[in-house]
Amino acid sequence: MEAFEYASPNTTRDALQLLGSQWGEIEILAGGTDLISAMKDRITTPKRVVSLKKIKGLNRIEFSERSGLRVGALVTIQEILDNQMVREHYPALREAADGIRGEQMRHMGTAGGELLQRPRCWYFRNGYGQLAEYQGKSLVPDGQNRYHAILGNSGPAYFVNASSLAPALIALGGKVRLHGPDGEREVELGKFYTTPTKEGEREYVIKPNEILTEILVPPPHGLRMAVYEVREKTALDWPLVAAAVVLHMKGRTVKSARVVMGHVAPVPWPSPEAEQAIEGKTVTEEVAEEAGKAAVSKATPLSQNGYKVRLAQVAVKRAILSAMKGEA
Amino acid sequence: MAKCKYDWPQAGERELIGKRIDRIDGPEKASGRAKYTYDTNRPGMLRAKLLTCPYAHAKIKSIDLSSAQNLPGVKATLVIQGPGSEIQWAGDEIAAVAAVSDDIAEDACRRIQVEYEQLPHLVREEDLDRAQAQGRTKAGGEETTGDPGKAFQDPEAVISKGYYGIPVITHCCLESHGNVAEWPDAKTLKTWSSTQNVSGLPGQLGAGLRLQKVEVDDSNIETVCQYIGGGFGSKFSPDRWGIVVAQLSKLAGKPVQLMLERNIELEMAGARPSAYAKIRVAAKKDGTLTAWDSESWGTGGVGPAGHPPLPYVLQPPNTHWKHTMIAANVGPARAWRAPNHPQACLLTLGALDDLAAKLEMDPVEFLMKNAHLAPQGLGQVYTEELQKAAELAEWKKNWHPRGDKTPGHIKRGMGVSLHTWGGRGHTSSCNVIVRPDGSVTVRLGSQDLGTGTRTVIAISVAETLGLPVEAVKVEIGDSKYPPDGASGGSTTVGGVSSSTRRGAIDALDELFAAVAPSLGVQPAQLEAWNGRIRVKGDSSKSLTWKQACAKLGVKTITTTGKNPGPCHLNDSGVGGVQIADVSVDTETGQVKVNRIVAAQDCGLVIDLKTAESQVYGALIMGICYSLFEEKVMDETLGRMLNPNMEFYKLAGIGDIGELIVHMMTGPGYDERGVIGLGEPPVISPGAAIANAVANAIGVRVSTLPLTPDKVLAALDKGGLA
Repeated sequence: MEAFEYASPNTTRDALQLLGSQWGEIEILAGGTDLISAMKDRITTPKRVVSLKKIKGLNRIEFSERSGLRVGALVTIQEILDNQMVREHYPALREAADGIRGEQMRHMGTAGGELLQRPRCWYFRNGYGQLAEYQGKSLVPDGQNRYHAILGNSGPAYFVNASSLAPALIALGGKVRLHGPDGEREVELGKFYTTPTKEGEREYVIKPNEILTEILVPPPHGLRMAVYEVREKTALDWPLVAAAVVLHMKGRTVKSARVVMGHVAPVPWPSPEAEQAIEGKTVTEEVAEEAGKAAVSKATPLSQNGYKVRLAQVAVKRAILSAMKGEA
Repeated sequence: MAKCKYDWPQAGERELIGKRIDRIDGPEKASGRAKYTYDTNRPGMLRAKLLTCPYAHAKIKSIDLSSAQNLPGVKATLVIQGPGSEIQWAGDEIAAVAAVSDDIAEDACRRIQVEYEQLPHLVREEDLDRAQAQGRTKAGGEETTGDPGKAFQDPEAVISKGYYGIPVITHCCLESHGNVAEWPDAKTLKTWSSTQNVSGLPGQLGAGLRLQKVEVDDSNIETVCQYIGGGFGSKFSPDRWGIVVAQLSKLAGKPVQLMLERNIELEMAGARPSAYAKIRVAAKKDGTLTAWDSESWGTGGVGPAGHPPLPYVLQPPNTHWKHTMIAANVGPARAWRAPNHPQACLLTLGALDDLAAKLEMDPVEFLMKNAHLAPQGLGQVYTEELQKAAELAEWKKNWHPRGDKTPGHIKRGMGVSLHTWGGRGHTSSCNVIVRPDGSVTVRLGSQDLGTGTRTVIAISVAETLGLPVEAVKVEIGDSKYPPDGASGGSTTVGGVSSSTRRGAIDALDELFAAVAPSLGVQPAQLEAWNGRIRVKGDSSKSLTWKQACAKLGVKTITTTGKNPGPCHLNDSGVGGVQIADVSVDTETGQVKVNRIVAAQDCGLVIDLKTAESQVYGALIMGICYSLFEEKVMDETLGRMLNPNMEFYKLAGIGDIGELIVHMMTGPGYDERGVIGLGEPPVISPGAAIANAVANAIGVRVSTLPLTPDKVLAALDKGGLA
C-alpha cells in the first residue's frame, strides 16, 4: 500500500477538520475491513487516513419505544447480532446482519462502514474502476457479468450495491446522521445512494468532508418484516440477491408495504411494483408470488445474469412469506 | 512357506498399525510452534517481490530497472525475462526486487518500467469451434478398440448422448509458494522451501542456478521444509521464483524471502487442466456396457497437459476416444491431486449415470453389473465398496428414479461414483539409529504435507521395535538426510513405511545380536515386545528396552532401510466408491450437500485416523470444486478476475454437510501391503455430486461448478422435477 498520514482525533469536530473536499485524498477508517484491503489493492490511495475509533459515543446502540433505534456508526455487526432490542423489535435488521459472514468481518466491521462499503465488482477490485472502463468502454456487458446488476443497469455503472444492511434499513424508513463543516443533517437512507456517472464519483450522497455518525430507525409499531437472501456459499461471501420487506398490517390485510432489493442494482432497489402488488391484500402464496414477479418486471439482465432475475423474484416472494410468519 | 523377514505383522500381532493414532505433530501445529517457510525469519533477511506481466500474451520490448534500483532500501534487482521474451500468460514473472521490507520491495517493483507489445490471446476454451478458428488446437490423441461403429448401430443398444465438462481450477494452497534463500558462504546455499520434494530440490536448484551462471555444487545445497501449508501437486519444483530468490540472495549478500502474493499464486502457480467432452455410451437392455465414444478437449495452458484417461475405470469392449488440446493463455498446468482423474471421472461416471437413467436402472446396480469391466482385481473391490457405501448412505431407502416427485421446491437426490489410483510407494531410504541409552531416531529426507507422514514413520518403527509411538524421534524435512522421493501421486506412505520397516528390522537384528548372549539364547530366538526384548513367547526371559540397549556398550546402531527392497510391503492400484446425497432448491438453483459417503481401499492402513483424515480432506476439496471453484477469465483483458479468496470461492463449514468415511480393511485388503491414499478420494466427488443433482432435478447440469445459474438453466431445458 502507499504511504499515508494517519490521524486519530478525539472528537467529531476535530475529525472534520482533517477531511478534505476531494474523494480519494482522505479516507475515513472505522473497522477497516473494506478500506484496508482496498488500500492494499490500491483501489484507493489516500494521502491521509482519519480513524474514528477514539471518538466517544459512536459505538452506542440504543432503543426506545417512542423514538426507535439509534445505531452509532462504530457499532460492530456482531453487536447488532447480539443486541436484544434489535432481536425483539427489528428481526429483519438482525437477519440482514446475519448475512454478513466471517467472524472477523462481524467483529471488526461496523454499521457505518457496512453502509459505505465500496462495490464488490471484480473489475473494480482488480483496478479497473467502479465503471470498469477499458479502452473507452465498459468491460461488463460483454464480460463476466454473472454477479452484476439486473436493474438500473443502463450504464455506465453495472456493479451492485454491496450493503446487506441498507435494504432492510431503507424498508424500515431509516435515516443516517451526517456531520459536516456546516453542522449536521439527516438523510433518508432511501435517498442516500446514487449511481455514479463518472469514474471517481462515489456511490452515495455523503460528501467527502462529512462523517456518518449514526443510523436512526423509526419505531417498529405494528410492523412485520423479514430479509431473505440467496447465497452461493453460506460461508464468507456476499449474497447473489437479497430482499427486505416491511409490512404495515391492518388485521390480516397489508395496509402498506416497503420492498427493497439488494445486490440487484448499483443502489439498493426499492420496488413500488411489488409494494402495489401486496398493498390492500391478504398475503397468500399467490399474492407473494405476484409481488415477486412485479419486483423484477422491469429487470434488464445482462448476458450472464438472467438467473438473478429469478433469484430476486424468489427472494421477494420468500421475504414476504417469511415476514408474515415472523413476529411483529 | 516361510514368512518373509520384513513382512508386516499379521492382524493379531499388530500393536499400533491400523489403530486410530493422533498425529505426533498435532501439538506443534495447534500451538503455532510449527514453523513454515512463511514463518522463517533469518537474521538480516530481505524480502523480495515479483513484477509480473499484466497481459495474457505479449512481447517485452524494453525494461528499465533504474528507478527501482535508486529507491533507498532496495538491495538487489533482477530481470527475469528481458527484452525479446514472449510472455504467454498474465502473471508471468518479469523482474524481481529484494529490499529491506515488503513495502519497499513492492514500491520498487511498481517503479520498474516495462514496454510490452501486446499479442492476441485466448483465455476461454470451452467453445472448441472458437479455439479451432483461432488456430489454438492440437491433436491430443485418438484410440479405437473393438468396433464401436458397429456396437452403436446395434438395434438392441440403448444409447445415451451428453455433454460434460469441468473448468480450469487452481490449487489454493493455504501457504503460497515460496522460499527463503541464504548463502552462509560463497559456495554454500541453504533454502527453506515450501516444497513437496525436499530431497530433490537441491539438484533442481543447482541446475537452475548454473543455467543463470551462478556456480554452485548440488552437494553444497541444503533444503529444509519442516512444515508446508499444502501442495496438492503444485510444489515439486523450485520454480523460477525459487532460482530467483537464490540469485537475489547471492547478489545482496543476505538471506532473502520470496513468498508469492495470493493473486500471483492464483494466477500462475498452478492450474488444473480443464476437460470438456461430447460423449456417447451404449449398453444392452440388461445394462451391460457395450460401447464408448468421446470427443474431448481442454487446456493445460499453452503447453501440452496430457488427456483424461477415457473411458475411466470401466472399459467396454468397443471404445473410441479423441482428444484435442487447446493452447490457452491461462497459466501453466500443474499436477493437481490425481492428475487427469477427477476430469475423466466426471466425464465418464456422468455419462454412465445418464445411461443408467435411460435404462431406468438403479445406478448402483448398473455399476455392480459392470464392475467386471474394471482393471483386473478391482471388480471385486468395487462390488464390496458399492455394497458398503450403499448401506452407509441408506441408498435403498433414499434413492429414487430421476426427478424427485415429492411436492415442494426442495428436491433430494442421490449420486454414485467410483475411481482408481496407483499409489505405489516411492524410492525411499532412511537411517534407523538406536543408541545405548535406548533412544531411537529415524531420519529421512521426506516431507509431511500435512497428511501424517511423520506419524506413519513413527508407527512403522515403533511397531517394529515393540515401542510406543512417542519413543521414536522422527527427523524429516531436510535434504541432508537420506534421500526420499517427492510426495506426489500418493507414493509417500508406501515408500516411507517400507523403508523404515526394513531399517528397523535390521536395527533389531543388530540389537538381538548384542543382547542374545546375556539371555543365553541365539539372536533368532528373540523378539521385541511391549517395550522389552524377550525370548519368543517367554516374558520371564527378557530385558527392558533400555537394559537391552545398554548391552550395546559404546556402539550406536545405525542401519539403512530402503524401498524398493525385499518382501512384499507395498502395492499399487486402489478402488474407491462415493455416494453423494444432495438437496436442490429448484426455485433458486442452490445445491446443498447433505452427506457424502466414501468407501475407500488403500491396502494395509498404518494409521486409521490420519487415513480417514485424508479422505475427509479430499471430500471437502471435492465439494469445493464441485460447487464453487473456477478460474474466471476475462476474454478482453486476458486476466483472471477472481485471484483472491473472496472471488475464488471455497466451501466454508456450513457448505460441507455430513461426511462418512469407511476404510476397507481386513482380509483381502491388508495382505496387499501399504498403498497411497492422497489422490484417490478426491477423484469422485465431482461425479457423485453432479449425479446426485441430476437425480434430484431430473436433468443433467453439464459442467462444474454446479452454481445456481447453471442449475436453473438446466431446469429450464427440461427438469423432471
